[in-house]
Amino acid sequence: MQTLPTSNVTLQPTQREPFLVIDQASKVYPTPNGPYTVLDNIDLTVFESEFVCLIGHSGCGKSTLLDMVSGFRKPTSGEVRLQGKMISRPGPDRMVVFQNYALLPWKTAFENIYLGVNAVYPEKSKKEKTEIVRSHLALVGLEEAANKRPGQLSGGMKQRVSIARALSIRPQVLILDEPFGALDAITKEELQEELLKIWSEYKITVLMITHDIDEALFLADRIVMMTNGPAAKIGEVMEVPFPRPRDRAQLMEDPRYYTLRNHALDFLFGGAVSDH
Amino acid sequence: MANPALPAPSTFAIQVKKFGPFIIPPIICTGAVLLIWQVLCMSPESKMPAPLKVVSQTTELILNPFVEGGIGLQLFTSLQRVALGYTLAAVVGVVIGLAIGVNSFLRNGFDPMIQVLRTIPPLAWLPIALAIFQDGQPAALFLIFITAIWPIVINTAVGVQQIPKDYDNVAKVLQLSGREYLFSILIPSTVPYIFTGLRIGIGLAWLAIVAAEMLASGAGGIGFYIWDAYNAGNDNGMSQIILAVLCVGIVGLCLDRLVSYLGSLIVSES
Repeated sequence: MQTLPTSNVTLQPTQREPFLVIDQASKVYPTPNGPYTVLDNIDLTVFESEFVCLIGHSGCGKSTLLDMVSGFRKPTSGEVRLQGKMISRPGPDRMVVFQNYALLPWKTAFENIYLGVNAVYPEKSKKEKTEIVRSHLALVGLEEAANKRPGQLSGGMKQRVSIARALSIRPQVLILDEPFGALDAITKEELQEELLKIWSEYKITVLMITHDIDEALFLADRIVMMTNGPAAKIGEVMEVPFPRPRDRAQLMEDPRYYTLRNHALDFLFGGAVSDH
Repeated sequence: MANPALPAPSTFAIQVKKFGPFIIPPIICTGAVLLIWQVLCMSPESKMPAPLKVVSQTTELILNPFVEGGIGLQLFTSLQRVALGYTLAAVVGVVIGLAIGVNSFLRNGFDPMIQVLRTIPPLAWLPIALAIFQDGQPAALFLIFITAIWPIVINTAVGVQQIPKDYDNVAKVLQLSGREYLFSILIPSTVPYIFTGLRIGIGLAWLAIVAAEMLASGAGGIGFYIWDAYNAGNDNGMSQIILAVLCVGIVGLCLDRLVSYLGSLIVSES
């Protein structure tokens, strides 16, 4: 995998070529009471190997925005481009880690990952594909659980399998829709750290929805804050200046952490208060 | 802990307590029905033999079910026929169900037809079947097929539409091939619904077989046996019929339980 020489330093986005571009994208649904605008003219440029978190209130259209990147939905106007190519349908280059894991309950952890590897690398031998699955199970620390079905796994383990499945097919963009929302606090922190470790090894581009400001501040290079729907827009994009690799304890001691955190809270809840 | 001075209940007492509610009431109620039947049909002029008379008149038949023309062999003939017609209905029904479940054009197109056809009672098909096949044997098979297939088609199609959206999204994002989608997602997630259809189907098939064999002359089987006993009009004819009808009921129950057991095996496996 190619890595940039300055991998430990947060690059200024302006120095890089745009990788993923959301260009004037709007989503409008026709309803009996006239058109209903979910997203209004979203402009966002994401750079290669960047970790971007989307944050906003429920129902503000974050998932709709990610769905336009993954290709499950099309913008009503505007477009989404990955490396200059317009996105028109879902594909393994933009692999999704679904909110509810979306593992097939009749397949083991191994088989769930193999399904993806087999679909994306049909030309590889069975041995190579098996090796890819094994190494990704190892990556998320689940070699022992390879032959267990999702029903026998805890929520955190299921999400690990889901992440391993996503990474095993080497996507260009990894899309996570509130991946840790259903997990307990300790599992959540563990998985955040694992995700960060994997991200820094793979230098993969990550788009992630979260409700959790601390999570976003710990993980992201930039936090995209969306205004309340309907007709949600990008309210503000916040740069997260902390050096990497990040350490949770150190981060908490950084005075900028609280400034940023309060700013984000103000944005989210200040806006919400004036709305009602 | 309970008072240690109390004697531990015996194992028998525990068993009675556990299974009593499921065993004792059926024994009492069945006994009561048999008793009323016995009393009502005691008179020698009664057209309907009382239970004790049925048993005494059919002891020979019960003890020798597998002699030439015996009741066991007749049941076996019927079961073979059901197995064939029902297997055919299951295979064709699942394929059609999957197809109309996946494709909304086919679904909307065939739905009115299916809704009409599925309400046609088996016996109404019989003249058509006999006219087409000119023979009792294939006509009976057709009857089972056409009776059993509808619940299988309908439940399979419903199952396809109930596939969780997440699984379909996984298939889309991985761009699974049609074959991979069929075997990894479509069929496994539809299996519980398919088995619901199969279970309703086997019940209907068994209902149809008896009717078919009664009317399709020379087809043999338990339905034929009942009709034959009626037409022969022997002294013990009614007792034979009652015994055969009871067997039909018991076999039907066994078939239902068998399919539901197979379903539970496969569903719990996945």
